[in-house]
Amino acid sequence: MFDVDNINEIWQTIARNKTRSLLTAFGVFWGIFILVILLACGNGFDNGLRSQIEGFATNSTFIISSPTTEAYKGYQKGRDWNVDMSDIEAIKKKIKGVDMLSPIFSKWTYNGENNVFYGTKGGNFSLKGVLPNYIEIDRCKVMYGRFINETDIAEARKVCVLGKKAYEDIIGTDKNPLGLMIKANGIYYQVVGVVEAYNGNVSVSGSMDETIILPLTTMQIAYNTGDKFDFFVFTTARGYDTKDLQTEIKNLLRERHDIAPTDEGAFVCFGFEEIFTMFEYLFLGIKILIWIVGIGTLLSGVVGVSNIMLVTIKERTREIGVRRALGAKPSIIIRQVMAESLLLTILAGIVGLVIGVAIMVVVSGVVANTPSDDVMFLDPQIGFGAAIAATIIIVLSGLLAGVLPATRAIQIKAIDAIREE
Amino acid sequence: MIKLENINKTYFGAQPLHVLKGINLEVAEGELVSIMGASGSGKSTLLNILGILDNYDEGDYYLAGKLVKNLSENQAAEFRNKLIGFIFQSFNLIPFKTALENVALPLFYQGVNRKKRIMMAMEYLERFGLKDWAEHYPNELSGGQKQRVSIARALVTSPKIILADEPTGALDSKTSAEVMQILREVNASGITMVIVTHERGIANLTKKIVHLKDGVIESIEENDPDKMDFTKEIK
Repeated sequence: MFDVDNINEIWQTIARNKTRSLLTAFGVFWGIFILVILLACGNGFDNGLRSQIEGFATNSTFIISSPTTEAYKGYQKGRDWNVDMSDIEAIKKKIKGVDMLSPIFSKWTYNGENNVFYGTKGGNFSLKGVLPNYIEIDRCKVMYGRFINETDIAEARKVCVLGKKAYEDIIGTDKNPLGLMIKANGIYYQVVGVVEAYNGNVSVSGSMDETIILPLTTMQIAYNTGDKFDFFVFTTARGYDTKDLQTEIKNLLRERHDIAPTDEGAFVCFGFEEIFTMFEYLFLGIKILIWIVGIGTLLSGVVGVSNIMLVTIKERTREIGVRRALGAKPSIIIRQVMAESLLLTILAGIVGLVIGVAIMVVVSGVVANTPSDDVMFLDPQIGFGAAIAATIIIVLSGLLAGVLPATRAIQIKAIDAIREE
Repeated sequence: MIKLENINKTYFGAQPLHVLKGINLEVAEGELVSIMGASGSGKSTLLNILGILDNYDEGDYYLAGKLVKNLSENQAAEFRNKLIGFIFQSFNLIPFKTALENVALPLFYQGVNRKKRIMMAMEYLERFGLKDWAEHYPNELSGGQKQRVSIARALVTSPKIILADEPTGALDSKTSAEVMQILREVNASGITMVIVTHERGIANLTKKIVHLKDGVIESIEENDPDKMDFTKEIK
């Protein structure tokens, strides 16, 4: 179809009307260009938001005890209850599908006064008592030393791990923090490590960067709460359903704490998976919207090409008639018209694709070099798959644009050429 | 070469128009025939049927021994391409192609390769003294040159017959004479030629004049063109 002669034939007709061809091609160019830009921006927001939740186990669920809302077994409603260590053991023993499980004991600082000190330098940070595996859930990088370990828990050691910001604020980056003693809410702890949160902005009871992490048992002793704690977090093992697991755990807790089987209000259950799923759907929706808008724009370009080609065919009635008289078969005419529209669309489309991608590469570079903590827009580029899809769409729209003019062209009979008007 | 048997053609419009009412005509190989008639006599329709540009309702048309009837578009295209060369009143050269490309176009539709095409087209242009004009576009050529290019285009496929529709209609008398001279030479080389005209002077240069009136052949006149001083007779 695209040998030199045919290309020449097609090129001659396209080049004959440069302005018109250019304007026509612009519609397709614009369609593809907009599609690429939209797709890339969609990806940019997608990446940006994903980077926000990066580092946090997306399959984790928080369960917080809350006063009961139904009377049950002689207890009145509105009764306070707490999860305790024996619940944790029971969950570990009886429920399958829990990957990691860590209770959290959290001490917030409400008044904004400095509560953590090293020497005379102080800062306002929250305290969090956890088990060693918590780092697997709220993932972060260990900068110095280590995280809380099993021995710390077993012996309820007075040690702590500092968040990066806490370390920088009260100790200073010029000092090795390991072994130093800091005072938090009036009690001294020895620093065994410093952690740095990934750039994620999703966290529970404060970012790890701004937290003093203590062994759970130490904290329970320090605040005299026995084996009680505020809430716990678990992650779902691969192959298990988070929703089922949440129900199972809640049922177990109801049984153990004499809570009515129908009492949903006794828990605040917070599954990240649902939120992430929601985000996934949101992005899917945005993506679909982008494709619809993009394809719509492109379609108007295609209609433009088709329209102009129809006009061209009308103008070329005599020429096509002469060609027919000279022995051009209908298939040759169809091929020529189709090839014209294909060449026009493909050229315009590829230019649109290239320019769109090039612009987004530049934008991407600018975004990457703009330092910001709250990155909502990251790496706005289209994937290879989307580029391939766009190319296929270009070709298809070229064919689509050619169908009507080609049909019109073969209706021209050789006799029309000779008819002297 | 051409045999028409009882050709009938009606245009069905708001008012059905019976244009050809039983045409019987035979043209032998190598003949130079003109078809004369007033406008509306059906001479153009007859030429269109001869050129397989239009179909007919009744009768049989044999071209080079083959029945031309109910052909598909593809077959018709092939017949036209291989058997017939067209010369039009308004030349019908493709404006954005050079003289050379115009002449080479029928060969393109035959699938002849580019090199050979250009060579053959050049040969025919040379024959009609247009070698220096090969790269010129039609709008850079004079009327006579344009008609010579279109004659070259009609001949390049070595057709069996040449159909000329008022070949001198758009030319002045001097160029008309030149073009007629060329057509006669072409005919002398053995190619059958049918010329539609309403000019007596042109018809006088052919050996057989078919007079058409109201869709029937009124008379067929034998003629000796060599007796005519064609430079005087035209117009």
